[in-house]
Amino acid sequence: MPATQFQAVAPPHLIAGFTVPRVMFQVLLALVPFAVVHVWLFGTALLLQLGVAAVTALGCEALALRLRGRPLPQFLRDGSVLVTAALLAVSVPPLLPWWLTAFGTAVAVLLGKHVYGGLGQNPFNPAMVGYAVLLVSFPVEMTRWPMPGPEWDALTGATALDALRTGLAQSYTMQEITADPAFGRVGAAGGEWLNLAALLGGTYLLLRRVIRWQIPLAMLSGLALPAAVMHATDPGAYAGALFHLASGATMLGAFFIATDPVSAATSDRGRLYFGAGIGVLTWIIRSWGGYPDGVAFAVLLMNLAVPLLDRHTVPRIHGHRGR
Amino acid sequence: MSGATLLPALGLAAGLAATIGAALGWAASRLRQDADSLVEQVDALLPQTQCGQCLYPGCRPYAEAIATGTADIDRCPPGGEATVRALAALLGREPRPVDPQFGPTKPRQVAMIDEERCIGCALCLPACPVDAIVGAPRFMHTVIEAQCTGCELCLPPCPVDCIELRPPAVLPG
Amino acid sequence: MSSRPALPAGLRLDARKTAPLRHPLRTAPAPQVAVLALDQGSGVAAEPTVAVGTRVGIGTPIARAVGEAATDLHAPVSGVVVEIATRLTVAGMGRCILIENDGTDARDPALVPVDWRALDGVALLDCLRGAGIAGLGGAAFPAAGKLALARASAVGHLVLNGAECEPWICCDDALMRERAADVVLGGQVMLAASGATRCTIAIEDDKPEAIAAIAAAIAAAQDDRIELVELPALYPLGAERQLIEAITGREVPHDALPPAIGVVCQNVGTAAAVARFVGTGEPLVSRIATVTGSGVACPGNLEVRIGTPIAGLVAACGGYQGDPARLIVGGAMTGQSLSSDLVPMTKGVNCIVAATLADLAVRAPEMPCIRCGDCAQACPARLLPQQLHRAAQADDRDALALLGLADCIECGCCDYVCPSQIPLTARFHAARVRMQLHDAERQRAAEARERFERHVQRLAEQAEAERLAFEAARRRARGAGPT
Repeated sequence: MPATQFQAVAPPHLIAGFTVPRVMFQVLLALVPFAVVHVWLFGTALLLQLGVAAVTALGCEALALRLRGRPLPQFLRDGSVLVTAALLAVSVPPLLPWWLTAFGTAVAVLLGKHVYGGLGQNPFNPAMVGYAVLLVSFPVEMTRWPMPGPEWDALTGATALDALRTGLAQSYTMQEITADPAFGRVGAAGGEWLNLAALLGGTYLLLRRVIRWQIPLAMLSGLALPAAVMHATDPGAYAGALFHLASGATMLGAFFIATDPVSAATSDRGRLYFGAGIGVLTWIIRSWGGYPDGVAFAVLLMNLAVPLLDRHTVPRIHGHRGR
Repeated sequence: MSGATLLPALGLAAGLAATIGAALGWAASRLRQDADSLVEQVDALLPQTQCGQCLYPGCRPYAEAIATGTADIDRCPPGGEATVRALAALLGREPRPVDPQFGPTKPRQVAMIDEERCIGCALCLPACPVDAIVGAPRFMHTVIEAQCTGCELCLPPCPVDCIELRPPAVLPG
Repeated sequence: MSSRPALPAGLRLDARKTAPLRHPLRTAPAPQVAVLALDQGSGVAAEPTVAVGTRVGIGTPIARAVGEAATDLHAPVSGVVVEIATRLTVAGMGRCILIENDGTDARDPALVPVDWRALDGVALLDCLRGAGIAGLGGAAFPAAGKLALARASAVGHLVLNGAECEPWICCDDALMRERAADVVLGGQVMLAASGATRCTIAIEDDKPEAIAAIAAAIAAAQDDRIELVELPALYPLGAERQLIEAITGREVPHDALPPAIGVVCQNVGTAAAVARFVGTGEPLVSRIATVTGSGVACPGNLEVRIGTPIAGLVAACGGYQGDPARLIVGGAMTGQSLSSDLVPMTKGVNCIVAATLADLAVRAPEMPCIRCGDCAQACPARLLPQQLHRAAQADDRDALALLGLADCIECGCCDYVCPSQIPLTARFHAARVRMQLHDAERQRAAEARERFERHVQRLAEQAEAERLAFEAARRRARGAGPT
């Protein structure tokens, strides 16, 4: 007999079936080229870092969820904390002591995410919170990068950005500075390959519509434009746009870090301002600030501006006249 | 820090604190909300029941008392928790439960005159603060449900207790 | 034929329309007892004009509309009115007129065709008003009322909506394939009634047979005021405001109706109903509806009398098969799910879906919003659903008003794309209901405040008048002086 009693459910009755774990998995997949180049340049230490970070992240997430009384399996499976761990692990020097990596990851997950209410509530990018705390608390260990190359027991040396800063401070000319082996063809010696790999991964994310073009384009423009202008005015004192684009955490920041949806602005116009702000701040910190690479701090500073951006970039609603 | 740098540093910090404090104080007094407009804003949040349970003769006098700081924001039972919270948000104060000494918070109610028992004495007509009772001496009285605020002020004057309060038949909206 | 640029926002959904369209239009058998709900979806019940025992023929008026948003009701079967009682309807419990079918299908002899070309616009409108034709696209707003408003606003452009963008619904497609001439004739009648000078029939490009049929009908009618426009198959391009924007390039202001920009929009099914009315005099007593879903043995499009129980519709399509879990009235994105199939058809029901679990989306447990912004990309009203969601959770009415909750058309696009599986449409609907209640309360409070101020003023004036009278009396007493 036909059933005359049916379930009453609110529409819509069809959904696309996108899920948070799928988004997170795509991001991890897009990080693979970067990780491969990283291992090729600096050796397999990265894998240990990734392992330590992942385990710490999952452990801290489980602890926090238990303390907050949330369902463990559902939230542990969403993969967002693994993305945080991965981003932190690839940002820190590969020879960083494992307990510092663990400490940084714990700070990122607990103080960068759960203290604000967990997934979707953090105003700051958790990986950058962890990175910034490590950088400020352990400046020596955090700036000790090995020389890129197959001999991974070689001496550690300054990165290209680091050499640039100290060299300019000591009034060397750009030509003298760039003769340093830390410099490659367009950017940092190993860094240019890393940036290329990050660009590849980022393009994959763009094509798969996991991220949108506003933040990466705005950030890279915000970095390249001031660099190009200042380099044209005073080539001896400022590095060019291509150098900035190919050094440090530029591409990683543009496609993986700044695009963290939770802590970024939410409207398209807001994202443009957000990305541009990060780019400009990165350039300022690199050129005039006290740290060799400014991406982490630039991201955190623009995270602060997000509520303001969101409030003032609400798009015009259909049928309403301009705002 | 040597003495040579300590005193100037302390002086600078103190000077900054004094300047900024003075500026904030000036802003607080010069840029204070117009008193009248504050009364309007408070009045807009009150439910307009005009029942007098707050011990003021209507919602507007209560709003004036709140705006001048004479009365606290927890005196309105018909407004309930929602009104206290809205007032707290407007005035920057802590929300708290409605003070029970002013009466219990009841759900929306309207008065209804039992036509069998009404004797047409017209004593309830002047009691209604919004003139929602229609009638005349020795004519049937009736409450216009759409205009009744449920303030219960018509109950005491009625000599035959023919008015009762009940939930409205049609909810607004 | 021409194309227009696509809307920036819209989803390509799996249409799921092939099964019902495999067969031509069928006619469902008339019900034993027709149950006519007095509230056919307008919210206000019509007033019955017949009593128990009245004998009716098909098309006999049985209820008069109350208010502007309702239409007159006519008997869909011939027989006797047996009951006027409360029954379960699509909109909940409501009063219904029950007519026992005598099986003769006798038409009311008073029905005569209308020579619409001889009537002027205003007279034609008056004639249409008695036809009980409601918008058959789902909203069920009186067609005559819409056309009258169009005439009053000097509208120049009539749009016939054949877009049918929502998955599962294909009744308009079937209508256009088989009765294209009726649609075009209806368009011509509506042009005369509304005073418009131009008619656009809009069809989505995934309906090539319908497009061909309508194009042929337009050519046969030799009326160059009527044109056919193809639209991309995006959801919800068939929503009135989005459709008008796609065709004219202009947006209807949020606080106005389409006649404000010179456009009036009607469903193609409504046009066909108008054509039938002028051709035979028959008011709206039947309509085409899709019956589909994996839970129905033989999905199809049926011409069905208003008042047929939905169970009868399903039976006409071979009955249930498998284990239908949900019975949906409407389409996949905005359809309402019913708890029983005994409710009767109303003028606004365009599709019935007996959905098994395989047809339906499996929702994962809800996660917190990650602010990815996919919902904002999909929203046809250009809202920010992620911000609306946050404001709705906080019950922040100011933010909800600023972000445009009132402009949400509840299309379901944001729900569809959300990776956190948040039931956004349901949340926004609940928030709108709360806002409406709150606004109504505010309105009542404002009225009470005004009445109180008048009351206080009246007392003051009374007191003043008494004082003056007392002064005058005292002066008179003094003036008279001690004698």
